[in-house]
Amino acid sequence: MTGSFFRSRSAWAIAGLIVLFLFPVFFDRFYVYLTAIILLTGLCATSLNFVLGYGGVFQFHHAVFYGVGAYGTALMILKSGLSPWLGFIVGPVVAAVLGLIIGLICIRLSKLYFGMLQISLGSLVWAIVYRWYSFTGGDDGIHGVPLPDIISSPNGAYYFTLIVTSASMFVLYRMLKSPFGSALQGIRDNPVRSEMIGVNVRLQQLLALTIAGFFGGVAGALFVVVDNTVFPDMMFWTLSMELVIMCLLGGWLSYLGPMVGAAVIVLLRTYVSGITVYWALVLGIIMMLVIFFLPNGVLGYLDRFLKKKARAR
Amino acid sequence: MENLFGFISPGILSQILVGLSRTVILFIVSSGLSLILGVLRIPNVAHGSLYMIGAFMAYSVSHLFGGGTAGFWIALILAPLGVAALSFLAERSLFQFLYEREHLMLLLLTFALSLVFGDLVKLVWGAEYRSVPVPFIFQGYINLFGGLPFPIYSFFLLIMGPVIAILLWLLTNKTKIGKISRAAAVDREMVGAVGINVSWVFGIVFIIGCSLAGLGGVLVAPTVSVTLGMDHTLIMEAFLIVIMGGLGNVWGALLGALIFGLTQSLGILIWPQFGIVFPYLAVVVVLIFRPTGILRSTW
Repeated sequence: MTGSFFRSRSAWAIAGLIVLFLFPVFFDRFYVYLTAIILLTGLCATSLNFVLGYGGVFQFHHAVFYGVGAYGTALMILKSGLSPWLGFIVGPVVAAVLGLIIGLICIRLSKLYFGMLQISLGSLVWAIVYRWYSFTGGDDGIHGVPLPDIISSPNGAYYFTLIVTSASMFVLYRMLKSPFGSALQGIRDNPVRSEMIGVNVRLQQLLALTIAGFFGGVAGALFVVVDNTVFPDMMFWTLSMELVIMCLLGGWLSYLGPMVGAAVIVLLRTYVSGITVYWALVLGIIMMLVIFFLPNGVLGYLDRFLKKKARAR
Repeated sequence: MENLFGFISPGILSQILVGLSRTVILFIVSSGLSLILGVLRIPNVAHGSLYMIGAFMAYSVSHLFGGGTAGFWIALILAPLGVAALSFLAERSLFQFLYEREHLMLLLLTFALSLVFGDLVKLVWGAEYRSVPVPFIFQGYINLFGGLPFPIYSFFLLIMGPVIAILLWLLTNKTKIGKISRAAAVDREMVGAVGINVSWVFGIVFIIGCSLAGLGGVLVAPTVSVTLGMDHTLIMEAFLIVIMGGLGNVWGALLGALIFGLTQSLGILIWPQFGIVFPYLAVVVVLIFRPTGILRSTW
């Protein structure tokens, strides 16, 4: 009984959470900030993987929802005069609605066409935010968003990020294990057959796109908490490509893959760009190596390696 | 004629000409992208970087030859060749092993390549703004439609566009390699089965497509400041043009570039702050009504 508990996933999850909760006790401010960024970036990548890896939908411009969630939150706090906490709900909801709208327009197209139209609509949103100086601050973005006292300290922001991220990760995980999640993966593997056995393919995909938009928006709202700023580059298409790389690097088919990928990319960016200005060169070379030698990502490789070992025993 | 100008103000006419010369650059770059996408099915994100490299090469070559205007003509030949050499290297060392992989992997690989190219440009040319002089015979302005000055160089661009379009059409429809590549776009296994080395055909098409990006870079160099990051928006525009026009269709790329260039230049006139939005809106409208592009795609 106890033996199976210690080997179960929930035991590992609880252990990981305890470590993350104690983290600010032992490490200083910079590392706490970095971990918070990793957590929220990982949440964003996981929400992308929800549609990309599990849904098989080519959501190429996911950063739009991240950015819209952040802008929605920041603008709600700054301009509405209502409780700041409301902003953390409004931002993700706006992102979810946008996910639904973009999804509705794109859903009739398949694969690469879907991805390209999605990028174009996302770029449209980016262009509007970039140009609308009076409302969004244009290319300067918004700095110094006032936050509730409880989450304005670095540790407060960290704990808020940790709690929201783990709750979101749990919800997304449960969704993937639900009948809806199975339907989604069924559609990815064989859309024609899914249609035949009575699954409403487009409805399920739209639902998934809306959910992914919502949690992308949650990640954006968390960025406002941790960094206090929003800027239009948060929704430029190159960031979306980086999110896709995170999914690939960690592994599409493992749930924590995108989180691992996000950790690797964020850490690399922080440390490599401290050493050299040629950070993009390093990232590009790493990506090529992953594409050629680790097509299933780090966790996919580990998984296969462990299985092989278990079989040998 | 006098009546015509009564209806259309000179401001709009000159803006249309600006849009048309922008169209030429967009067309040349996106036709190369379309060729690669249509035949090889590679969504080549690195295409924009090759355009940027073409522009930087034009700068280097024209400075090597004294910074004068003769340099431009040499650059017009040498820079596309340089880009072709670079793409040959990339194709033989990376892409040829990945033709069977899914689109997503190819997209990511080309994005990785664009990151590498971007930093190589930073390494070789630095992050400063560079400028390439306009060739001597095209310097200056002519007055059009009631005195609005219009750069002569733009007229040169307006001639180059149709010339490239016709050359590309001849290449894909009248030459052997063009016919083979069109066949390979439809059924690559069958083409291989009749004894044609498909891998080399693909390689040649890839190089031709990439050198078009380089050519676009050279042609744009005298009109803009050559700098890092000039690839980021262009590649997005080129992709949208290709999707809008129909994948792999040269005329589609021309049509798409025309729509994009004109909505861009006229949009700025209509609504200065949000002019940038109009071409994207045009793409959305086109794709809602014709989900696979205006003209027939080769897929």
